[in-house]
Amino acid sequence: MSAPASLSAVEPRFFTRTQWAAFLVPTLLLALVLPLLNAFLPADSFLRPSDFTLNLYGKYATYAVLALGVDLLWGYLGILSLGQALFFALGGYAFGMHLLLMIGKDGQYKSDLPDYMVFLGYKALPAHWEPFYSFPFATAAALIVPGLLAFVFGWLAFRSRIKGVYLSILTQALTYAAALLFFRNDFGFGGNNGFTDFKRILGADLSSPDTRRWLYVASVVLLAGVFLLYRWLTRAKFGHLMQAIRDGENRVLFSGYATARYKLFVFVLVAAITGLAGALYVPQVGIINPSEMTPEKSIEAVVWVAVGGRGTLLGPILGAIFVNALKSWATRAAPELWLYILGGLFVGVVLLLPGGLVSLPAKLRAFVARLRRSGDVPVADASKPSA
Amino acid sequence: MAHPILQAEDVSKTYDGFRAINALNFYLFPGELRTVIGPNGAGKSTFFDLLTGRAQPDTGSIKYADSDAAPAIDLTELNEYEIQRLGIGRKFQTPSVFAEHSVHTNLVLSLKGPRGVFASLFHRLDSTQRDRLDALLKLVRLEDKRHWKAGLLSHGEKQWLEIGMLLASEPRVLLVDEPAAGMTDEETHRTGELLLSLRGKHSIVVVEHDMTFVKQISDGGQVTVLHQGTVLCEGKFDEVQSNPQVRAVYLGRGKH
Ligand SMILES: Nc1ncnc2c1ncn2[C@@H]1O[C@H](COP(=O)(O)OP(=O)(O)OP(=O)(O)O)[C@@H](O)[C@H]1O
Ligand SMILES: [Mg+2]
Repeated sequence: MSAPASLSAVEPRFFTRTQWAAFLVPTLLLALVLPLLNAFLPADSFLRPSDFTLNLYGKYATYAVLALGVDLLWGYLGILSLGQALFFALGGYAFGMHLLLMIGKDGQYKSDLPDYMVFLGYKALPAHWEPFYSFPFATAAALIVPGLLAFVFGWLAFRSRIKGVYLSILTQALTYAAALLFFRNDFGFGGNNGFTDFKRILGADLSSPDTRRWLYVASVVLLAGVFLLYRWLTRAKFGHLMQAIRDGENRVLFSGYATARYKLFVFVLVAAITGLAGALYVPQVGIINPSEMTPEKSIEAVVWVAVGGRGTLLGPILGAIFVNALKSWATRAAPELWLYILGGLFVGVVLLLPGGLVSLPAKLRAFVARLRRSGDVPVADASKPSA
Repeated sequence: MAHPILQAEDVSKTYDGFRAINALNFYLFPGELRTVIGPNGAGKSTFFDLLTGRAQPDTGSIKYADSDAAPAIDLTELNEYEIQRLGIGRKFQTPSVFAEHSVHTNLVLSLKGPRGVFASLFHRLDSTQRDRLDALLKLVRLEDKRHWKAGLLSHGEKQWLEIGMLLASEPRVLLVDEPAAGMTDEETHRTGELLLSLRGKHSIVVVEHDMTFVKQISDGGQVTVLHQGTVLCEGKFDEVQSNPQVRAVYLGRGKH
């Protein structure tokens, strides 16, 4: 039997030619052209992106990775996690430990110990800090620590079939508890000041524009890589199953799939990758403290996704950039209004643009088409002759 | 006589003091098409819940025997996906398809094959599977709508798609809950013919209210009448229909 070659929805092409272009052009622009312009154009050239701009974009890129994870869980799998910033912050802390040790004797107290340890009267470096002298170890820890926590939490939650609002509340409780723990001085991670005053990374001076440019490039490359990975994941049969679990977990279960294992896999993968983004975030902003893991931070990430467009991979990236750009502006122009703006944005999007920013072009097109058509009505509708 | 493929003995299930299933005995033989009827709330769907691991009985045993030689497997110990993997598939009373997915993808996700995370990550359709999908689409008459979102199908078409999904997993036992609900007379008749054609290759239990349909598919086979969670009587369609007890609890009240 020779059936005509049918386009199978489960195995569509990864990218069409146009999609490759739409992916590669901005990626190359951001990862290659901007840094080159920044490095080689004279400082007064209007084409030259400033060091500050690159640094800001680098930060946004790590936020976008966080947002992609929120969306993979929420938009594709139907799990609204209100604790994703915890994994981001844990990756940041793991890598921050390394950065802190790399300060060496250049801290305020000219000691081998990090400043806060000297201040708190530590005599020696705690044993579990030793391996963090190694860059590869710290990077691996930024992946593994969040992944491990996600595994334990997810294993318990998904096995007991905790779903929906209950799961959301639990994730929020988890991040809240972690924040309280990290706020304590005796927990050993610098209390509410966290880690800061980093001096160098891989021997390079963290305050030099060169180093910061590389961090920016690394962030964009990470974002592009994560985008491709998630794209591949969502296109595979696996991705269809994720959405099937979102829409009707029972049917998936009764089709022979251990849905809890699917959820656990995504939850852990996303936590690890989010942790890596957190690790890149910290050297760029120069600080990590427990305020990064408060429930508000996680909820903000959910707002980015809602604003950008849930259930798409472009939406979270746009949302993270748009909302944070707005935040940069608002916190300078009207800092006390920011939370109202954020809340208003969320409500506005949910009510007026449920598909988020990515749905805007289609909406506009439909609107224009409707305008045209309503102009035609008097002609088309014979029962109501035009005056 | 052959060994039953499904065997439920003295099964009871109580919900908040209400006996949904009460000392139920039920035997299904290989290749049989069994019709189960009974008034609303008789416990038909609950019985399927117990067979498929969605609920566990308070007392009694439910066993599945793949063949005469194989030892019987205790289904009460297994969960939904483990029971499905044994070869027991279920169609729900309210059609449950993946509304956001295409008809084709609905079937792909249901195809028999490995169910693990990594298998799904690296899954590719081979040519036998493609042929199988085409055959299934033809069987459930959805060839022209293969790219339609399943949510856009009519109620009857969703029922057919779900039957197709069930068959895609190549189960040994099919548990079909009210397949004809929401179908036109013609669609109902075709559904009956489809189920009859599956007889022999699969062991099938069909729950239905529509008596014309029940008469069609019972076709000399056994009909079980469930009432208040227990078997009221069992026999050929005509015997059951003329049973005064059955008439009293069920037929006397009309078709639905
Ligand atoms: N999970 C549950 N919790 C509480 N009660 C339940 C549950 N499942 C079933 N029941 C009760 O068990 C009884 C039998 O319900 P069941 O759905 O099995 O009936 P049915 O024979 O399938 O009826 P119908 O023809 O209307 O589908 C009903 O009274 C129902 O309320
Ligand atoms: Mg029922």
